[in-house]
Amino acid sequence: MGVVLDGLSWALLLAGSFFVITGGVGLLRFPDVYSRMHAAGMTDTLGAALFIAGLAVQGGFTLITVKLLMILLFIFFTSPTATYALANAVWSSGVRPKRRDGTACEAIDRSDEPSKS
Amino acid sequence: MLRIVSLGGALVVAWLLLSGHYTPLILAFGLFSVIAVVAIAVRMDVVDHESVPIHMTGRFLSYWIWLAREIVKANIDVAKRVWSPALPISPTLLWLKTSQPGELGQVIYANSITLTPGTVSVSLQEDRILVHAIAREVGDDLAAGEMDQRVTRLEASGIPAPAQGGQGA
Repeated sequence: MGVVLDGLSWALLLAGSFFVITGGVGLLRFPDVYSRMHAAGMTDTLGAALFIAGLAVQGGFTLITVKLLMILLFIFFTSPTATYALANAVWSSGVRPKRRDGTACEAIDRSDEPSKS
Repeated sequence: MLRIVSLGGALVVAWLLLSGHYTPLILAFGLFSVIAVVAIAVRMDVVDHESVPIHMTGRFLSYWIWLAREIVKANIDVAKRVWSPALPISPTLLWLKTSQPGELGQVIYANSITLTPGTVSVSLQEDRILVHAIAREVGDDLAAGEMDQRVTRLEASGIPAPAQGGQGA
């Protein structure tokens, strides 16, 4: 394990920690359940990815790294599904998102707009 | 048939990578497990365009690379909002149109929206999706439709969408 690889691994782990902590702070600062999901989303996307990248550098070209990447792949398939289940359950039970001033946020229908690009 | 072989191949690779023990006994267990799983999947009739989407294989990589960049950008954007003392958020709910021909494409689109911090898919009805965005401009970006178009191209590539995979309603 060279100094360079150790340094790279540490940098990735620290960057991952930053996004996990940011996710935690966002969870506390954001006003309602919907916006808190966005904060939690940072923990399980870039936070998890940077952590696993940092550990993969420690693992080198071994089966351990392959397993770490598989874990990342499974996180990226399952976490949005879980978040959708949570968001849909919240929506179905009648909780509506709040604006910053505390008023309820109504849905804007833009489904009739043709998508550009 | 091609799907069955692909499923078997993928399972063999998964076994070999996860096991790490290459003795005859363990390999025989692996082969037996793979054959049993494929046989059960075929009997349950779940080996189809949804569970084994081999027609998208080539396009997945370029889509994932694009999605990874979007995820990184969105993470930085939301992180800035979290740490900014003024908490610059303007939560927005939007109904957007999904242009994917099949359910698998819609699921990929909805999951991609949720994977990108700052937007969460809340509900999916026929060809409309309800999205919660952390700020108005984040919702506008999504409404511009680039992700929608990319997922549609991803799903539409290769074979045409089979009839049984049509819209949910």
